[in-house]
Amino acid sequence: MAVASHAAPAIAVERPQFEIVPRKGLPLVAIVLVGVVVAIARDSRWGLVFCHVVGGGLWTGIDLFVGFVVGPIIGRMSIPARIEFSTRFMPKMLLIMPTIVTMTLAAGFQIARQDAFLDTSNPRHAWVVASFFVVGVMAVIALAYLEPANVAVLFELRKAQPDGRVIEKLMKRFVYTAGITGVMQVVTLIIMTRLVS
Amino acid sequence: MSVAPFDRTLPPVTEIGAASMIAIAGGVIYLAAYLPKHAPLWAAVVLLLVAAALQLLNAVLLSRIEGFAWSRFFQVGRWGLLAYALIAGMIEFAFVFDHTRGPQLLVMTLMLALFMLNVPVLIAFTVARYEANTG
Repeated sequence: MAVASHAAPAIAVERPQFEIVPRKGLPLVAIVLVGVVVAIARDSRWGLVFCHVVGGGLWTGIDLFVGFVVGPIIGRMSIPARIEFSTRFMPKMLLIMPTIVTMTLAAGFQIARQDAFLDTSNPRHAWVVASFFVVGVMAVIALAYLEPANVAVLFELRKAQPDGRVIEKLMKRFVYTAGITGVMQVVTLIIMTRLVS
Repeated sequence: MSVAPFDRTLPPVTEIGAASMIAIAGGVIYLAAYLPKHAPLWAAVVLLLVAAALQLLNAVLLSRIEGFAWSRFFQVGRWGLLAYALIAGMIEFAFVFDHTRGPQLLVMTLMLALFMLNVPVLIAFTVARYEANTG
């Protein structure tokens, strides 16, 4: 077993000051979530469709973009560039992703109920269940691996002497899991377009 | 001389938490696929028990870690719990709004409670495992 903390390669790079959770964005998150609750409580068709389409479009777009465009770029960046990018990018993702995921799923479930897609006798019921499975897979990957890695890398970067190996390992996890969720989003696109065709 | 946080060997809390999450997701999907009708509950209850047992195992494994950065763990866990309580609350609201009642609602609520506890533990563990214990 390796011993002694001096074995860890500390990173001597200038890091910008950052908040792990950007407080300025919290009111916006609250507004979005209240909007979703109001749309559900009023059973507003337009409100639900708006929340589902806007949230779903953003979720899919961001996952595809991060998984297939930004992720591979991060993977090839130098450590200082990766650190600078992460300190600006990841705090925003911590607010954006859970908000749009909640918005999309809560509204989508209500739309499925309104359209009777939840009814087991509905011919499109199987597509809805398939979408539940895809969301389940994405939830497990995102909540058990991606988000913890995202938060942990930010905590590491806030340390006086961040451990390069920790950042490397967590960023690798972030890049791989973002790629997997990107693939799952392609499946989501197929399911959703089949559902409304 | 102490071992660097990165070099420590820790129990597979993340993997067990992910397995618990799979059980929860499976249970919620199973119940939600039948709504507003009632699904046979036994499969959901089995998944609920599996998820709860895995989380209990995680709690035991965590409690046995020596020199763990507990202050960081609880600091992150508290905020995570607040965030996921909100999300679980919204999901619960949607199910209640959709007239889910009785044992179905109870099983769903317990699954959401496990989800609400599991995610903050996984986030807090991942952060605290790379933290030197200063307390």
